[in-house]
Amino acid sequence: MERNMKLPDNRLENKFSESKPLYTKSEARIEANRCLFCYDALCTVACPAGIDISTFINKIASGNIRGAAKTIFKKNLLGVTTAQVCPVEELCVGACVYNKYNSNPINIGRLQRYATETAIQWEQEQDKKLFNTKVSSDRKVALIGAGPASLSCAAHLAHEGVKSVIYEKDNLPGGLNVTGIAPYKLFSDAALKEIDWLKETGLEIQTGVDIGHDISIDNLIDNFDAVFLGAGLGKDKFPGIPGENTSGVWGATDLIRKIKNDHTFTLPENLKTVNVVGGGNSAIDIARELAILGVLEVNIIYRQTKAEMPGYQHELDAAQKDGVRMIEYAVPVEIIQNNRLVLYTKHKITGEPQQFESDWIVIAIGNERDAGQLIPGLEIDEKGCVIVDSQTKRTSVAKIYAGGDCINGGKEVVNAVADGRDAAFAMLHEWGMLDLQHERKNHG
Amino acid sequence: MADLSINMCGIKSPNPFWLASGPPSNCGEQVMRAFDAGWGGAVWKTLGKPIVNVSSRLGAVDHKGNRMSGLNNIELITDRPLDTNFKEIYEVKKRYPNHAVMVSLMVETKQEWEDIIRRAEDAGADGLELNFGCPHGMCERGMGSAVGQEPEILQELTSWVVDYANTPVLVKLTPNVTDILDPGFAAAKGGAHGLSLINTIKSIIGVNLDTLVPLPSVRDKSTNGGYCGPAVKPIALHMVAALARDTRINIPISGIGGIGDWRDAAEFIALGATSVQVCTAVMHYGYRIVEDMIDGLSNYLDDMKMTSVTELIGKAIPHFTEWGNLDLNYRVRATIDAEKCIGCQLCYIACLDGAHQCIHTRQNDCSAYHGESDHGSHPRSEIKPSVIHQADSQIPDYVPFVDEDECVGCNLCQLICPVPGCVSMEERESNVIAKT
Ligand SMILES: Cc1cc2nc3c(=O)[nH]c(=O)nc-3n(C[C@H](O)[C@H](O)[C@H](O)COP(=O)(O)OP(=O)(O)OC[C@H]3O[C@@H](n4cnc5c(N)ncnc54)[C@H](O)[C@@H]3O)c2cc1C
Ligand SMILES: Cc1cc2nc3c(=O)[nH]c(=O)nc-3n(C[C@H](O)[C@H](O)[C@H](O)COP(=O)(O)O)c2cc1C
Ligand code: SF4
Repeated sequence: MERNMKLPDNRLENKFSESKPLYTKSEARIEANRCLFCYDALCTVACPAGIDISTFINKIASGNIRGAAKTIFKKNLLGVTTAQVCPVEELCVGACVYNKYNSNPINIGRLQRYATETAIQWEQEQDKKLFNTKVSSDRKVALIGAGPASLSCAAHLAHEGVKSVIYEKDNLPGGLNVTGIAPYKLFSDAALKEIDWLKETGLEIQTGVDIGHDISIDNLIDNFDAVFLGAGLGKDKFPGIPGENTSGVWGATDLIRKIKNDHTFTLPENLKTVNVVGGGNSAIDIARELAILGVLEVNIIYRQTKAEMPGYQHELDAAQKDGVRMIEYAVPVEIIQNNRLVLYTKHKITGEPQQFESDWIVIAIGNERDAGQLIPGLEIDEKGCVIVDSQTKRTSVAKIYAGGDCINGGKEVVNAVADGRDAAFAMLHEWGMLDLQHERKNHG
Repeated sequence: MADLSINMCGIKSPNPFWLASGPPSNCGEQVMRAFDAGWGGAVWKTLGKPIVNVSSRLGAVDHKGNRMSGLNNIELITDRPLDTNFKEIYEVKKRYPNHAVMVSLMVETKQEWEDIIRRAEDAGADGLELNFGCPHGMCERGMGSAVGQEPEILQELTSWVVDYANTPVLVKLTPNVTDILDPGFAAAKGGAHGLSLINTIKSIIGVNLDTLVPLPSVRDKSTNGGYCGPAVKPIALHMVAALARDTRINIPISGIGGIGDWRDAAEFIALGATSVQVCTAVMHYGYRIVEDMIDGLSNYLDDMKMTSVTELIGKAIPHFTEWGNLDLNYRVRATIDAEKCIGCQLCYIACLDGAHQCIHTRQNDCSAYHGESDHGSHPRSEIKPSVIHQADSQIPDYVPFVDEDECVGCNLCQLICPVPGCVSMEERESNVIAKT
């Protein structure tokens, strides 16, 4: 696969600007110096990857930026992109003790981005490496899907000299980190750049290979010491109402992907109104993206109230500032195409019918959970998630590990990264290449 | 409103706030602006024989993003012609007859001293300050701290000056000595009317780690300088207090070193200073800081029911004594206010690693949590049941608690806690009847 991956210009994504740009050196120092250097810090407890946050921030404050980056990468090799995509308000930043102290919490994500990007830039300028990859062992691991879960797992393995081959059915690696993240948080090219950097560990990515189709699972099991399943979620789910296949009705991740990656895709001139059905973060994201792109009226139509939305409040607030409106208690019943599209709903409580006209309808009610079906005999819970051991990420099938959206039903990038790391450590431990107890204590 | 005016050995000033000899008192135009801003007096930048100053000449210590917690300089005395200085002193005195203008002097021979004293007094100086304190550049020429470090020479020079001068003479002392009482006593014996201290502390402020040239760099070299600013205040306070307590030395003191606000000033005055002088804080923020100094000090004096600032002079001295006179039966212990605690656990780690291992958290120290703890490799020795009991109470997990029996009352936790009033030290009954 080529180096320096970059998507063509003229994508709709290029119309967005970053909401949290890279700190300058002095901005980073000032922010880092605000950190209290808590012990057993609550932010670290809140970080799904368990990054030792107060330590890395203190290193930024002392000017030891490479040390800061290493502290981050030890736990999270996708430190660059998670710094930008993590819902920090719900995680580390939300836990910062300053929230209890009438003061602004530390901008941990932006500091993480500063440390990691600066350190990688140093590597490139100096032609040096932060980590020495160990001499290769004869172990081999195959990984299914090139999303954050597999990338994290493969890179940790590659650091220890394990040959890791990621198979990705798409023609681009990165999973939702490249195809799904809202552009104001992270550009696809930035996610691809991180993958370029991860590839320097020696991990291999083969794109355009659909496992179960082009190569069988048995083949992988036979030829590799272990297999990691990081296949994420499936296609957009639809509510199963009449008219949902009408043209102008989109699946959310489908549409987001076009906005981000398809340089031939534009919004029609006469696109004035879009109704988004759903209440999760994907619904909020696509609604806000369309509003920023200039669609005059964007409504989120949700079955229940704001308070019950699984999407984050801070994201909804931001979307509403960008002009998105929220309609509560509306349960979709049918879509009919007149001149425009008409979404018929009924009120969740009163049952009263309502109708909403628009040019497009976007369905954002989640994605299929079908990854588990790839591998015969894999134990799956009632929600369709692959069942794993919570520490080792081992599945019910020998040699097979799994992590990311396919085990949790769709959480965050950082959860996928932590899962991939855990699985890598468990494999290395099993092969006598890592003292897991020691690793947990010191880095885990 | 309390009366802030002072009369320090005959030098009258509307308030005790003076500019210390240095860049803020370099020229007449500056001093006049300072007086307009509210400063009561100024000690003119030291005058002497012509010199040339280097560039750069300042370096600073930043602490955790706070700029200039300490300042270092390798500047010498004035580099402007003496004639110009005296003309400006005359001008200032003419326009500000009620403000105090002291002139700082540093020359070598007796003849030079007499000459410069005459010219300073002719220009209208209200007093003279002998710079026996500069620790860089001038001392290598046998002046400044070279004098301040030799009590006999200091005494002799002082007596020449006192004999010749018609105005009060303050001797400015260097802190670069083993015992400040030696030069202080020598100055008093030499007949000085007052003391000023401290001048700067000999220092190297840092090293440029890219070039390995110490700071401040003059091309590829540097030299030791003099340290001042907030960081030196405790050293200055001690020296002022030591001189103020000494019954052999009965002359007023002008306190200098790290003063930035009225609190600093009040502390110096309480420990025996009559006036205070400020250099670094003005270099940092400008003359305007005096507004709050005046305002704050007079409010404080009102609160303390003192009608004049002179009532405050030395009021803390009776409370300053030798270690041997301290009460070993007085005990305090720390308590943490769970309501105020934000959960940073800085007190926990400070007491664990840097004090007496008596602050606990539930997740780290209670058996129920062991096993899951990251710190379990060296489990803490047994914690008494009474302490465990505390841990089981209603306080949130992140709030540390103090094993009151084990606490030695060192204050560390209170000092590092970022939340004012969260850790308090309370007196408790002592069970030791101790004598040293
Ligand atoms: C619209 C949207 C916005 C999001 N925004 C955020 C956000 O702001 N912040 C955040 O932290 N998280 C966000 N997420 C969630 C985040 O993207 C996912 O949690 C994360 O990407 C999961 O990583 P993964 O590696 O498990 O799966 P994915 O990223 O989904 O990657 C799985 C990969 O496996 C490939 N694959 C699947 N089956 C096969 C097969 N048979 N053979 C070969 N390859 C296969 C897929 O093509 C895909 O590339 C968002 C998700 C969506 C949908
Ligand atoms: C740049 C600089 C120049 C100084 N020049 C003199 C001087 O010429 N004569 C003198 O007696 N003291 C001089 N000092 C010392 C100050 O008067 C004062 O004693 C010392 O800085 C401590 O006070 P502070 O902490 O308020 O600055 C100088 C200090 C600085 C920073
Ligand atoms: S006062 Fe000292 S010994 Fe007592 S709890 Fe605080 S830090 Fe520990």
